[in-house]
Amino acid sequence: MTPPRLEIQGLKKHFPLKAGLFRRDTVKAVDGVSFSIAPGETFALVGESGCGKTTIAKLVLLLERPSAGCIRFDGQDLATATAAQVKDYRRQAQAVFQDPYASLNPRLRVRTIVAEPILVHQRWEKRALRRRVEELLGIVGLPPSAADQYPHEFSGGQRQRIAIARALAPNPRFLVLDEPISALDVSIRAQVLNLLSDIQEQFQLTYLIIAHDLALVEHISTRVGVMYLGTLVEVGPTEQVFTHPSHPYTQALLAAVPRPDPDFRPRVDAIHGEIGSALNLPRGCKFHPRCPKAFAPCRVDPPAPRVVAGGHAAACYLVE
Amino acid sequence: MNNAAPALPPRGFILRTLRAGRARGFPWVPALLLALVVLAALGGGAVTPHDPNGLNLGVAFRPPFWQAKGSWVYPLGTDNLGRDILSRIIAGARISLIVAFYAIVFSGGVGALIGMIAGYFGRAVDAFIMRVVDIQMSIPALALALVFAAVLPPGLGTVIVVIVVTYWTWYARIIRSEILSLKERDYVALAKVAGCGTATIFLRHLLPNILNTLLVLASLQVGQVIIFEASLSFLGLGIQTPDVSWGLMLADARAYITNAWWAITMPGFAIMLTCLSSNLVGDWLRDTLDPRRRQL
Amino acid sequence: MNPAAQSPGKARPVLRVENLRTHLFLNRGVVRAVDGVSLEVAESEILGLVGESGCGKTMTCLSILRLLPRPGGRIVAGRIELDGTDLVPLSDREMARDWRGRRVSMVSQDPLTSLNPVFTVGDQVGAPFRYHGLARGRAAIRAAATAALRRVRIPSPEQRLNQFPHHFSGGMRQRVVSAMAIACVPRLLVADEPTSNLDVTIQVQMMELYRDIQRETGLGIILITHDLGVAAGLCHRVAVMYAGRIVESGPVHTIYKAPLHPYTQALLNSIPKLGQKRGRLHSIPGQPPSLIDPPPGCRFAPRCPQRMERCDLSYPPEFERAPGHRVACWLAEGGP
Repeated sequence: MTPPRLEIQGLKKHFPLKAGLFRRDTVKAVDGVSFSIAPGETFALVGESGCGKTTIAKLVLLLERPSAGCIRFDGQDLATATAAQVKDYRRQAQAVFQDPYASLNPRLRVRTIVAEPILVHQRWEKRALRRRVEELLGIVGLPPSAADQYPHEFSGGQRQRIAIARALAPNPRFLVLDEPISALDVSIRAQVLNLLSDIQEQFQLTYLIIAHDLALVEHISTRVGVMYLGTLVEVGPTEQVFTHPSHPYTQALLAAVPRPDPDFRPRVDAIHGEIGSALNLPRGCKFHPRCPKAFAPCRVDPPAPRVVAGGHAAACYLVE
Repeated sequence: MNNAAPALPPRGFILRTLRAGRARGFPWVPALLLALVVLAALGGGAVTPHDPNGLNLGVAFRPPFWQAKGSWVYPLGTDNLGRDILSRIIAGARISLIVAFYAIVFSGGVGALIGMIAGYFGRAVDAFIMRVVDIQMSIPALALALVFAAVLPPGLGTVIVVIVVTYWTWYARIIRSEILSLKERDYVALAKVAGCGTATIFLRHLLPNILNTLLVLASLQVGQVIIFEASLSFLGLGIQTPDVSWGLMLADARAYITNAWWAITMPGFAIMLTCLSSNLVGDWLRDTLDPRRRQL
Repeated sequence: MNPAAQSPGKARPVLRVENLRTHLFLNRGVVRAVDGVSLEVAESEILGLVGESGCGKTMTCLSILRLLPRPGGRIVAGRIELDGTDLVPLSDREMARDWRGRRVSMVSQDPLTSLNPVFTVGDQVGAPFRYHGLARGRAAIRAAATAALRRVRIPSPEQRLNQFPHHFSGGMRQRVVSAMAIACVPRLLVADEPTSNLDVTIQVQMMELYRDIQRETGLGIILITHDLGVAAGLCHRVAVMYAGRIVESGPVHTIYKAPLHPYTQALLNSIPKLGQKRGRLHSIPGQPPSLIDPPPGCRFAPRCPQRMERCDLSYPPEFERAPGHRVACWLAEGGP
């Protein structure tokens, strides 16, 4: 049986805050998250601000060290990996971030930017490298002449394509996409989304997408995980989760998303109050203060994930 | 949409800056003045009308040319030993610029490197370095100079050392805070994701993006350094005769200021004009290089 | 059925913009940011101004408030009539004294930077009352500020008056800014992307708040947004902007269910919608044109799937295909 491309178990990330001379508060940005991504899948993590999805992206990319839990890539535990294995992981896992204006070093030519992930691992002959860069630019729909230009000469959508070309450069197998299109103009988003789908198919990539746009997530992902205040409240195949949301938070989110349909009115009563703070987590289920369906056990102990159907689980006492 | 990153390419940078300068209120007069100072420094003894150290008691205390007893032979007058003030100012320019150049390059280099290390590695390293900076900055510069002067032989080298030891902290502080925000930029994170080592990140991603700041800092420091050197020489801790420095001229002329006001005023003007010019050019550089500069 | 979509009765328009042209005089050329925009907002009506970045929607609103960037921005032609008075020839002092904050106000996108971090919320919410002389004396101003906070549904307003902006979350801050904007009961509120930086569950609360405010006070609102979902949920009428001009405008149902301009159609087709089948999204090829030297014909023509020869030659006028539904497209020629 092939191991999942990425597997996360019990992942935790706590940030200590110095609140006073002796008091130490912790922000529990990620508080025990587990999921796995099969090869070729597109797994989406959704949630609102403070839910921890961006922190998970950073943990997966080894930009932060977890406080607890483990991350396994192709079966290899990254915490116990040797330096060489980590370096190899860095070749196989690449990323595209949200802001196309901050993702490219303004002082470097596109050629250097795109080639950088290749050169970290191998020395290439100049002409071969140039050909590879032009090939990559062609894949993302940019002309070869773009290689000699600087980032500021390109629009947001084009810069995001350059970022994608760079991510493809070392022949990765896994891509982490953190809000890849939310900073782009509406009419450009479709272009870039279609590009991402195309290259996934062409290069057999596995995607972890962080997003807040539920319509986008439904469109592009095969499985989805909904996060709230550092916990995964619901996970499962996208179609399942979207047609039969089992956790009240997922239901609230879906009801609150505005749609381009004047007859649809987002429901405001599905959820009360403000998003909680990761500093002062409520006892029991983290969502219960805002949950319209909260009852006695919710305030005592956080519910463990319960199976709704094959592969679909929700952490809620209401699920039998 | 807001551009988060600055938008100037490194190559063709000088041409772009110059072209931009014509449209954006380039400070011609200060720049010209600075150019003159540089020329004077390069020319040195060759361009002085008289020997800067040529004693000629017969022509002592001649006033500048526009006064009654003055003449064009000694345009800015002479000092108590009959030395031509204009020549001494030209010769002093050389010292001032040499000091400014080396002091800024070394203090900037050392300061920037330390600042980068503190900003990038953070936590214990940062805390340690910043405490050193704090301690260093709380020691009065002149007191430090006295200590060094007692230990090292007085002269050009000592002056440079003292200035470097005093001024590196400014660079370190400012570059450190630049790095604090730079290192959070997405492209730095993506460089780590690509597998770049720390050295590569420093050289390729951080350093080129602080060059603007360094350049502006350096140009604004020129004036400060010259004044500092003048103060040191004034106190007798810096340049010694037969070398000529503007500060030394001030020191020498102090005794007979009532007899010959020009002997102290002329070098004072030289210092002030050089300082002002470099500040104005530095201001213009900062405005031009500011990535969020108005395009209006 | 969305009650907000029912068209209010015919009343004198609160705002009438006629042929507005605003240019930005930059070093690299003159950007014709707003190039002939005409629109109307009636009392108790929410008009959505929809478009992408660079289309001129923000510049239109800054023009209405006369808050254009100085020295480069200038209204070069057109009328902006608020309750019958043309705002264009007014001096800045007159605008500040009689109009801004008093009869027309603005809420902008970023709740983080809209409030001054060193003043209490009470100071800031009380400022419009103080400045426009609607309350005199500390007690009266405090009372007015408390009432304003209560109107935007901030719990325990008396206590919160003494707090600073950083004690408030993003959604709360946006409410505070809204309170300031409606403090003097203006006739027109310009809301520039008021919900785009907010989380979805907070956004829905804000949308509800704006609907309520409008019902209670009858003010006209111009809602600028690039989010077609938010526009559909809030607006009575929608105007779609592209490259400095309005290409289509009409009642919200018409625009979303039966759009006539190819840009509107393409925009609606290109966004993923919940419940829609997966597949390739229809993308719009190319990019918006430069506004420094716009082409003589229709500005969307280079990207338009239904481009005709005529489109490149001259810019189409607005054709009224149905009462209130105007389309600037040669395809719409031919009458209702």
